[in-house]
Amino acid sequence: MSADGRHIRLFIGLGIAVLLLLGKIFSIQILQDRYKEDADRNSTIYETIYPTRGVIYDRNGQILVGNKVAYDILVSPREVQAFDTLALATVLDVDPSFIRARLQEYERRSASIGFQSVTMLRTVPAETYMRFDEVKYRFPGFKGQVRGIRDYPVNAGGNLLGYVSEVNQDYIDRHPGEYRSGDYAGMTGIEAAREEDLRGEKGYHIYLRNSRNQIEQPYKDGAEDKEAVPGHDIVTTIDAQLQQYGQELMQNKVGSIVAIEPSTGEILALVSSPGIDVEQLADIGKHYNEIVSNPYKPMYNRAVQASYPPGSVFKLVNGLIGLQEGTLKPSYTYPCSQGYHFGAGHKLGCHSHKSPINMEESIMMSCNAYYCYVLKNILDNKKYPNVAEALDSWHEYVESFGFGRKLGSDFPAELAGSIPTSRTYNRAYGRGRWNSTTVISLSIGQGEILATPMHLANLCATIANRGHYYIPHIVKASEGVEIDPRFTQKQYTKVDTVHFTKLIRGMWRAVNSGAGMGGTAWVAHIDSLDVCGKTGTAQNPRGADNSVFICFAPMDNPKIAIAAYVENGGFGATYAAPIASLMVEKYLKGQVKRTALEEQMKSRDLMSRVKTD
Amino acid sequence: MIGEVVIPERRLRQSIDWALVGTYLLLVFIGWISIYASIHSTNPSSIFAWGARSGKQFVWMLTAFGLAALILYVIPPKIWEAFPIPLYLGVLALLVLVIFVSKDVKGSHSWFELGPVKFQPAEISKITTSLLLAFYLSRQNFKMSRFKDFVLAALIIAVPMLVIVAESETGSALVYAGFIFVLYREGLSGWWLGLIGLIIVLFISTLVLGAYWSVILLIAVLVLCNAFSDHFWRRMGIGGAFVALMALLPGAWEWVCSAVQGHMDWMADVTWVPEPGETQHYFWSFLLKIKPIYILLVLSLLSLPFLALYAYRKRDNFLALTLLVFLAGVLFIFSADYIFQDVLQPHQRGRIEVLLGMKEDLSGVGYNVNQSKIAIGSGGLFGKGFLQGTQTTFGFVPEQSTDFIFCTVGEEWGFVGCLVVILLYVFLIVRLVLDAESCRGRFTRIYGYCVAACIFMHLFINVGMTVGLMPVIGIPLPFLSYGGSSLWAFTVLLFIFLALYRDEKKYF
Repeated sequence: MSADGRHIRLFIGLGIAVLLLLGKIFSIQILQDRYKEDADRNSTIYETIYPTRGVIYDRNGQILVGNKVAYDILVSPREVQAFDTLALATVLDVDPSFIRARLQEYERRSASIGFQSVTMLRTVPAETYMRFDEVKYRFPGFKGQVRGIRDYPVNAGGNLLGYVSEVNQDYIDRHPGEYRSGDYAGMTGIEAAREEDLRGEKGYHIYLRNSRNQIEQPYKDGAEDKEAVPGHDIVTTIDAQLQQYGQELMQNKVGSIVAIEPSTGEILALVSSPGIDVEQLADIGKHYNEIVSNPYKPMYNRAVQASYPPGSVFKLVNGLIGLQEGTLKPSYTYPCSQGYHFGAGHKLGCHSHKSPINMEESIMMSCNAYYCYVLKNILDNKKYPNVAEALDSWHEYVESFGFGRKLGSDFPAELAGSIPTSRTYNRAYGRGRWNSTTVISLSIGQGEILATPMHLANLCATIANRGHYYIPHIVKASEGVEIDPRFTQKQYTKVDTVHFTKLIRGMWRAVNSGAGMGGTAWVAHIDSLDVCGKTGTAQNPRGADNSVFICFAPMDNPKIAIAAYVENGGFGATYAAPIASLMVEKYLKGQVKRTALEEQMKSRDLMSRVKTD
Repeated sequence: MIGEVVIPERRLRQSIDWALVGTYLLLVFIGWISIYASIHSTNPSSIFAWGARSGKQFVWMLTAFGLAALILYVIPPKIWEAFPIPLYLGVLALLVLVIFVSKDVKGSHSWFELGPVKFQPAEISKITTSLLLAFYLSRQNFKMSRFKDFVLAALIIAVPMLVIVAESETGSALVYAGFIFVLYREGLSGWWLGLIGLIIVLFISTLVLGAYWSVILLIAVLVLCNAFSDHFWRRMGIGGAFVALMALLPGAWEWVCSAVQGHMDWMADVTWVPEPGETQHYFWSFLLKIKPIYILLVLSLLSLPFLALYAYRKRDNFLALTLLVFLAGVLFIFSADYIFQDVLQPHQRGRIEVLLGMKEDLSGVGYNVNQSKIAIGSGGLFGKGFLQGTQTTFGFVPEQSTDFIFCTVGEEWGFVGCLVVILLYVFLIVRLVLDAESCRGRFTRIYGYCVAACIFMHLFINVGMTVGLMPVIGIPLPFLSYGGSSLWAFTVLLFIFLALYRDEKKYF
């Protein structure tokens, strides 16, 4: 009856299928050890010991970020017995419905939670925990776990420091094997950049449990236990007093201040305004939405992430290139009839000042026409076959000052800015269809030039050092913390030291000539201190001009180089110069005598000028 | 009818297949103690305690035995042959009804709740489908080779299957695919089995290896089939050479492309960067856009007309059919990705991705399988002993007393236990088939095959799932898994055959 023995064929098929199953079972039960090891892991309980996170200090030993004790409240849902929800809610200072909702959620997830503990409440303050600890015997299944949280003794450098928060799944995936759900990690600023130093190493205690889920004893008498290793402390280059002072000066203004110690490249202050208050950092979870929805974007660190046209400050660079190339001598004088005339009726305007002037005076008075001649001579230099090659040579000079590329600081998310090359203009106008007058606005730091405030501060430090700089950085080497050797190497520009002297003389005269003499930055003058500075007024397509100023002091053996950039602040001398100058006074003199100016700067509110859409 | 019920006792006992009954009882008993072991640590109580699952299962067992006795001793076996159509339609109506009245259980709408009792009509539907299939295939004028008959038989299987898919119980629906073995026994061409196997293999290879290698695989299989049909050496030679060449193509093409890219880079260096509108590199960049799969498809499509002409001239129907299968296969391969991304639901997609090793996800979809493998794997050769398991008893394995009951066997009784349980099933299936083969009545034989097919599908899918051979498909292990509805359904399924078989024997 059995048609052509088909049942035999089916038996063969059955045999193959069963061999497949048995083979796989044999493989995982007998051949592979992996599953037995995993099973051991399942029947041991790991109690995580969290390390203390490293403390962050300022350059003078002042604590910027410390730690304080808080507690997480954990629940093992399977151990929970009937309890007074209301009483627990009162003790923990939460709504009873919160506890009910969480327990219901654990009930739903009971299959995946099993006998593990889950965190019900995070970072409960110590006093709340003490209350809970006294009565915890009434709530079986609930327990506390020590957890350090961040503490900020001074309100300085919210954006710089960054915040610490619980890692999410995405973060865990990006750092395979390093984090587990429930761990904390630095998310921005120094906390993120120095996460590996700060975090320390987690430890654990291992316990065994029997087949009734009772904890029997420490596994191998604790021989396999690992104690937590505290994180390394970080010493920053920041001066907390100066940083805090900068924040006060910049309040209600948009912009940033970057102060650098020229002889080391250490960042003394890095203010981005509006910024994040340390109180918000401490409880980032609660404030996060508020911060993110703020139209002025306080999370955004303008000091390294905002690219602006540098304005007249950039004349210094063009001057130095001209001197090095030999197309400019300090003695050259050029006329200025309220601007530079070129082509058929085109004019690049200037303010009224005496004419003609030499190079020193051109810096002191910030003459636009003078630098049109300077750039034109650089670009039309016979040394180069065409303007394209001259521009590319100019680009190399500019880049040697750190412009147009990331400086390579140890600060995360630094932007490169941009400096044009011949390719930029070939693309825009076509090859051979542009010349030195086409790009003339480069002479005064407008047009296709973009730089961050950090770039400007670095320029200032370079001039203060007469031709070299150290890569700006924010972390000092200290015990157990190394910094990259690149931070201690001099970075030379392509301009020789000799060319800086006259230029610096011009910067000194801009500040110290006294009111009415034509110096653009007399407001930055500080008694008995040789401040050298350069103002800038950069066009802002979104409203009033940006106010820019760089300065360093003292002229010989400079201790501080600083750049201030105030969006929609108008002339460089209106906001940026006084703010930078006050910072210098604060840093070098210890206290500020010009209290009227200080009060004026602190109280001005420019926020209504800033367009936020 | 009544006259047939009153049969002399001696003859009756002889004609019941006690070996099958014994195997059944053994499996039910193993299931019961495994359920007890799997809940032991959370609820350490007596195996009979009503509050725990083991106690409840004891009640289901007793009632199932009652049902079995009822079918063997009270219900006249002729009933099963008499009303298969109304039974089938009635259960089909329940299957549809449950979609609208049931609560959502993990996304599926397949459970009736009558007070404390829950049951899935999909469980009963296996029985009624088997009965109707047996009824229809056993008719005197039924011929599998007749297209109309075959389609009707396929519909009997497909209709409840589709309704169950609509209940979002895709797993249960998959079991119905097992009825194809019954059709095969009753004369369906073996090529159909091969075709279904090919579809599954192509689907998996498309997802894992990509379309190119799937097409190569398809061509290789078809060449092999054709070679065995005629002109073995010639066809193997030509086909084999083509397949080998195509297998080497991707590597060779990559080499060509990197050479071309190098040439283009060199050109870009020595000449000016092309301004928009310049066209000098058209040829080279066109070359870079060609992928091996295009070459393969163009070659295949060019050779198709010649092969078709050859098939027509030589009256080689097999070759012609092969060409059609090739076209359909290529279409399938290119739509497999679409099916996977757009037809399958996210949880099904996730399960398949984890199974095929495309995604490692031990906390999400992969959690169940990994924990299940840990439990079974930690059992070793002899297991940890009764009630000594730590994995299954701690709730690491979800659904441990229902769909993942095999984990408990694996952990506490080891490889030996697994072997014993699986061999018991093999004995059950083989014995069912042999009994069926020895029947005179076609109805009993076909029904027996249906029972064997159902049990086989459940066994393979369920055990395959717990060891990571199959995606996580929530269907019970017959007789072992906790649950009254499933135990009753399998008991009825099996004992209807025993009753029919006894009915058959008594005439000898």
